[in-house]
Amino acid sequence: MSKYYLNYLDELESEAIYILREVWAQFENPVILFSGGKDSILVTHLAKKAFYPSKIPFALMHVDTGHNFPETIQFRDDLVEKLGVKLIVGSVQESINNGRVAEEKGKNATRNALQITTLLDAIESNKVDCAIGGGRRDEEKARAKERFFSHRDDFGQWDPKNQRPELWNLLNGKHFEGEHFRAFPISNWTEMDVWNYIKRENISIPSLYFAHEREVVFRNNSWIPVSEYLKLEEGENVENKKIRFRTLGDITITGGIESDADTLGKIVQEVSAMRKTERGDRSDDKRSETAMEDRKKQGYF
Amino acid sequence: MIIDNNQLLRFTTAGSVDDGKSTLIGRLLFDSKSIFEDQLESVSNTSAKKGHDGVDLALFTDGLKDEREQGITIDVAYRYFTTPKRKFIIADTPGHIQYTRNMVTGASTANAAVILIDARHGVIEQTKRHSFIASLLNIPHLIVCINKMDLVDFSEEVYNGIVTQFEEFSSKLLMKDVRFIPISALLGDNVVNRSKNTNWYQDGTLLSTLETLHISSDINKIDARFPVQTVLRPQSEENRDYRGYAGRVASGIYRVGDEVAVLPSGFQSKIKSINAGEQEVQEAYAPMSISMTLEDDIDVSRGDMIVRKNNQPEMEQEFDVMLCWLANDAAKPRAKYTIVHTSHEERAIIKEVVYKMDINTFERDSENSNLSMNDIGRVKIRTTRRMMLDAYRDNRNTGSIILIDESTNETVAAGMVV
Repeated sequence: MSKYYLNYLDELESEAIYILREVWAQFENPVILFSGGKDSILVTHLAKKAFYPSKIPFALMHVDTGHNFPETIQFRDDLVEKLGVKLIVGSVQESINNGRVAEEKGKNATRNALQITTLLDAIESNKVDCAIGGGRRDEEKARAKERFFSHRDDFGQWDPKNQRPELWNLLNGKHFEGEHFRAFPISNWTEMDVWNYIKRENISIPSLYFAHEREVVFRNNSWIPVSEYLKLEEGENVENKKIRFRTLGDITITGGIESDADTLGKIVQEVSAMRKTERGDRSDDKRSETAMEDRKKQGYF
Repeated sequence: MIIDNNQLLRFTTAGSVDDGKSTLIGRLLFDSKSIFEDQLESVSNTSAKKGHDGVDLALFTDGLKDEREQGITIDVAYRYFTTPKRKFIIADTPGHIQYTRNMVTGASTANAAVILIDARHGVIEQTKRHSFIASLLNIPHLIVCINKMDLVDFSEEVYNGIVTQFEEFSSKLLMKDVRFIPISALLGDNVVNRSKNTNWYQDGTLLSTLETLHISSDINKIDARFPVQTVLRPQSEENRDYRGYAGRVASGIYRVGDEVAVLPSGFQSKIKSINAGEQEVQEAYAPMSISMTLEDDIDVSRGDMIVRKNNQPEMEQEFDVMLCWLANDAAKPRAKYTIVHTSHEERAIIKEVVYKMDINTFERDSENSNLSMNDIGRVKIRTTRRMMLDAYRDNRNTGSIILIDESTNETVAAGMVV
């Protein structure tokens, strides 16, 4: 009898596949929110397993801030072609051009918060009733409160104090016209679980996650990549460093770490010895104690 | 780290205000080295700002803005840590507000419940309530931590007194595996590290207990139940005739060649193939997500259940459940709700409240038929069509239901089939 149990990675995989299938069964027009980061790549990989031998029945939706790593866009396009799925792009630049949002001003300006409007617009105009995200509860204290099926009102807002209880594996995705859901199939995975699984399944991920030489400047305790969007400040020097990225966001705000980890095996080893959280190098979370909660309530990922 | 064969253990923590639940979780995370430097730094700063001596471990579990401002937990939060032996998921449930609702939620998927008792106060009303819910939700393992032992001089006598007190009242509850541990969450005694102050206590620390609980048999491996979530019909040329029934095995074991029946129709067939993702396998067991094909071309859709020919659940249209009411608006007799059971949905009415449970005294009140928020009672439910049910005691996955209010779409009740 004892051999009939799953190890923790298989159990997490099974749970995520169950949730993806529930999304497909309960919603009319679900999409996967695809950023090109490892978590959304993982969700896409799990979706492939969930519906095999059928194709993934969801479109990938990418909210494009215009401040991308070129490698991320290339990776996205290759994956879409390989899987034969539809790609929907919501463009922050277009939202700016249309006057839906205004570019932030000042020295730490980013397009991070602007994505909320573009995301909600894309959800509305494409009549999406469930957007599947790669959010994990271990990432951040507001995300620790997320349900697998998370309700959004007709303004796209999250009300963390008034969520539907989620009991056993019974997921309630019922909603009224205009409302939508966010689904988080990898809620229970930690950063370490994600890496262990990517290694086990040998999932391909953007080269940015592996150690490589790059021109960077040291800012806010991490190595920010040099790009056309980066304005050098006084006293900042461009250096050439061997770095890799632990998470991928906009090129303007994603800090790299010095590293020699150039294989999945070395990354797993490195991450397991890390003494800082993954989002510790993300300036979008550093703005205030409740930066993530505030954005999430408005409709952020 | 070689952790390939490690299991996942989910546990819930229950305690009342000020019994040190947040401190205990903080201590578990801290002593098992699951806290990162930036988290530690942020908590140290907040501790200093609040004027605490040293690091206030309870702050590690802080969540939403309102929770931090008010110093309370509003909603279930999930915490994660891993040791070389296991991965753990903690469902951290609040001690007061909407207590039943939150604890039932956290308890519904838990392998174990950790209940805290303040050594100075012994068993109080809340301890009974927590234990009752743990037993009602059929959590397989219960760990009673007698906390704040440092404040009673680590007295064996005090500890034994509380154990006896607990055993006396809990004899009325159905619980399989109960353990007691004397701890001090604040100082770390018997949480991760063995205490030097309790030489009279021979059993494991809290962490070593959690690491060694035997959880492989928590899932029913006897009664094979496979609720169909969706049907896979690939549009490609080479798979034209493929019909894969996708779902998560709720309980039991399925093998290629097994004689099965599809409920509710009762049509019989044999399992032709089983897939776990792209991989074809010979057998599948709970809680694997799989897809299977059958030898015969019969009508199977979402909400159906594939079971063994000679081991089938009850098919009922009227049945009793223990119902926890979760919504602000009280249960309305004769009102229609959507009932969800595995992947199967029907419409249902509450025909009758048989009795309401007093969760402090465990007494049944059959005069009172009003179920409002956080109440628990036994009710008779009638559904539009037959449901494929097992008793919750035998099968947590096929013995549980929720009710959804059709006018608000809210989940208003959680039920366990009696």
